[in-house]
Amino acid sequence: MTVHTKGSGTTWVGRSIRRLEDPALVTGRGRFTADMPATHWVRFVRSSVAAGTIENITAPEGAGIVTAKDLTKLKPIRPMLSKFNYVAVGQPILADGVVRFTGESIAAVYAPSKDQAEDIADQVEVEISEGAPLIDATDALAEDAPLVHADTKHNVIVEGRIATPGFSDVWKTAHKVLRVDARSRRQNATPMEARAGHAAYDGSTGRVTLTCTTQMPHLTRTAVCDILGIPESDLRVVAPDVGGGFGQKMSLAPEYVLLVWLARKLRSSVAWTEDRRENLIASFHSRDQHVQLEGAFDAKGKLLALRGDIVANIGAYSCFPTTCGVEPLMALAELPGPYDVRAYDCRSRGVMTNTCPMAPYRGVSRPVITFVLERLMDKAAAVFGIEPTELRRRNLIDKFPYTSATGLVFDDGSYKETMEMAIKAIDLDAFRKRQKTARDAGRYLGIGFATFSERTGYGSPAFAARGMEITPGFETVYLTIDPSGFVEARIGSSPHGQGLRTSLAQIIADEIGIDPEFIKVVHGDTDRSPYGWGTFASRSLVLSGGASLLAAQKIRAKLLKMASHLLEAAPEDIKLQSGSAHVIGTDRSVTIASMARAAYHQTHIFKGEIEPGLTETGTYDPSGTFSNACHVAVVEVDIETGRVEMEKFLVAEDAGLIINPMIADGQVHGGVAQGIGNALLEEIIYDETGNILTSTLADFLPPTTHEIPEIELHHIETLTGNSITKAKGLGEGGAIGAPAAVISAINDALSSFGISIDEMPATPQRIRAALRASGKLPGKLPSMGRLA
Amino acid sequence: MSDKTDITLTINGHSHAIRVESRRTLADAIREDCGQTGTHIGCEHGVCGACTVLVNGEPVRSCLMFAQQADGKEIRTVEGLADGDEMHPMQRAFMENHGLQCGFCTPGFLMLAVGVLEREPDISDHDLIDVLSSNLCRCTGYQNIIKAVRAAAVEMRQS
Repeated sequence: MTVHTKGSGTTWVGRSIRRLEDPALVTGRGRFTADMPATHWVRFVRSSVAAGTIENITAPEGAGIVTAKDLTKLKPIRPMLSKFNYVAVGQPILADGVVRFTGESIAAVYAPSKDQAEDIADQVEVEISEGAPLIDATDALAEDAPLVHADTKHNVIVEGRIATPGFSDVWKTAHKVLRVDARSRRQNATPMEARAGHAAYDGSTGRVTLTCTTQMPHLTRTAVCDILGIPESDLRVVAPDVGGGFGQKMSLAPEYVLLVWLARKLRSSVAWTEDRRENLIASFHSRDQHVQLEGAFDAKGKLLALRGDIVANIGAYSCFPTTCGVEPLMALAELPGPYDVRAYDCRSRGVMTNTCPMAPYRGVSRPVITFVLERLMDKAAAVFGIEPTELRRRNLIDKFPYTSATGLVFDDGSYKETMEMAIKAIDLDAFRKRQKTARDAGRYLGIGFATFSERTGYGSPAFAARGMEITPGFETVYLTIDPSGFVEARIGSSPHGQGLRTSLAQIIADEIGIDPEFIKVVHGDTDRSPYGWGTFASRSLVLSGGASLLAAQKIRAKLLKMASHLLEAAPEDIKLQSGSAHVIGTDRSVTIASMARAAYHQTHIFKGEIEPGLTETGTYDPSGTFSNACHVAVVEVDIETGRVEMEKFLVAEDAGLIINPMIADGQVHGGVAQGIGNALLEEIIYDETGNILTSTLADFLPPTTHEIPEIELHHIETLTGNSITKAKGLGEGGAIGAPAAVISAINDALSSFGISIDEMPATPQRIRAALRASGKLPGKLPSMGRLA
Repeated sequence: MSDKTDITLTINGHSHAIRVESRRTLADAIREDCGQTGTHIGCEHGVCGACTVLVNGEPVRSCLMFAQQADGKEIRTVEGLADGDEMHPMQRAFMENHGLQCGFCTPGFLMLAVGVLEREPDISDHDLIDVLSSNLCRCTGYQNIIKAVRAAAVEMRQS
């Protein structure tokens, strides 16, 4: 069941229209990077060890091979932060003498076919003198730990601390102090399309077109050109259909730099398609964070103070453009979540190890901090002897704007309202009765609630505050009605599954009176779209939507002025609808198509009072907004096997105005599924030598239809001034709340054992280990008894 | 590895005479030798199901079959689902129910679902979810894929 509070049907915004993206994708006419033919195919020779020094590389006679020796003029990938004790480290395009993680590219071979390139790569011999690898962040923090980068003083690459004045005075007043020591293990975002790149040199212009699976085409162009030392005008970057990204395709792949360099060298086309093993071991990883959190509560269960220590294992290099600070620093700023707490003292560190570099993944640190904070709230509820939701009720923010202890300003939201909505919809009282009945029958049902905020749509000031050299923020839209009367919106965002072509067309349609089917949204091509930052961080609907609205308002004003001339009526008496300008209350009208033609071909009729052409630009760079939600998981845990059965999942979400309910719901569904994978299944595991044990999809386990239960959605639409479209963005929310809700439900199911599962994923092995350690498992299980 | 064999792949009713090494997978042959790139490759080890096609009516992971094994057999891919401009009920249902987002896994899901429903039009809901668990989607959380396949199943039974 899906319940919406709005969607009148009188405008395009608020309606679940079919996606304009879909016809090509369901008929096999989508165009993905790996579909393109190329003259040369590249295969990377990757390190089989986690740490060491390259002694020798031997290639078969006559093989086309590139090593670091050929790339001495290329700069390393070296993103910058000016704050938080950031230590800049460089990542060479191919390992330059030293290997720092298993899977790092050591050489690139090329041949006329993929198969031949793979055969040659297999014959390349690499001698590496192995060093002692650092895999766990705790080991990397040790005083005498070896250094992942020899030119640094220690392995802590970024460190931030926020402490509110008078913290210790508040702490002393605590009635109860509760503690959580939690880990979220390493994941891989696992888009179904792994990465791929295709670089083609054009002999007549000397330009290269790089087609690749990026979420950030313009940033890719800037980065590649900076590294190669060439003008940006010599490179076109195209993101065609991209098969999911979730953050993994946001960071610069060194492989793309190599492809452009090689296409220029060979004056030809070169391509690389990442295989799944490469993707799992060497693309980008995510999470791997350890959070220790203490909360001081007063006698009524009100949270007074939070003290935390966050350690993020960021791998061997710092990702471009966000830097590896993105996860630990966002965790630092947003750890207090949606709760009113005035005293805060937290340290957050990013630590280098000999593991695959980290990049942002859907939710960026908030799935982890929400999980940890909600564990704290659940533990406190148990100590105070109240429902976890009651404890949250006493602590959730409810007056807006609310300035947090870390200085974030929360705009209007519905933190309590969404939770009450969720409690009612799931019928908490009825569940508790059912839970008791089941428990009496030896079954362990549990329910878990997670309330959280999702910071979205923030512009450049928010990134500047982090000290980023590159401050992604604004988005620009060029909106044109061409002489044919069709509309083209060229955007800097780069959607890859979010349905933005449809949602933006709905926003524009309402403004200019032209139906969405005549509005073509163009993205993912640096030759066609304005400089922009791509699609990530739940931002595109807010930012590109806002820029689209601003541009459409200008086009609307111009159309009304033109219609006023042609219809001899005042602009305020004219409405734009279904492709025409109508004088309200009369039968006089003129089509927008004919006005568009006139704007280019018959400008004389406007007597110089209207500029020729029909193109307007909108740029939007807002301060940001906060969506919010309450997630509820209902589970059953089998104490014999440790298996968790997801019975039901419910979301009460507030993402402001919903532009297309169908698309919005789809975003939440997908996020929740990834969150369930985070909570139960997905873990990249290294052995002690730094070799990855989970290099196939049979070992690293994204959920299937079996693991995802029915997801019930409810929406509240709080409209705030922080987004000019009133839409707040919701791409990440599903993934942020679900892990916390699932873990909470598991702990609720197992409350009688006096254990606390504080590690994700909560695999059967981990749950069984905790149950065994509790010493409270039944001595003889009923079924075992029967067998005996 | 240079020994090649002449084979004929019949894809959506069209014959493709190609020369392939014995190690050539059906997925690579369909995409690279026959130019039908609607079939996608997601893992190359038979887990994700993105490359699912129908071989003699049966859903097959084309990354796990050699091209030579499909010689002379009837292969159907996503490009052959629509009848001219008339989309297959499964394609329509995926659009109407928002059963796709990025669209990368979609061809595999479409072929899996069509293959199963053609063989077993009255499949139980439980079995349907079981069958659909053989493919991976990272975007949709499966809710709308299941909805779409159920809707198409009703329409396919009626036609």
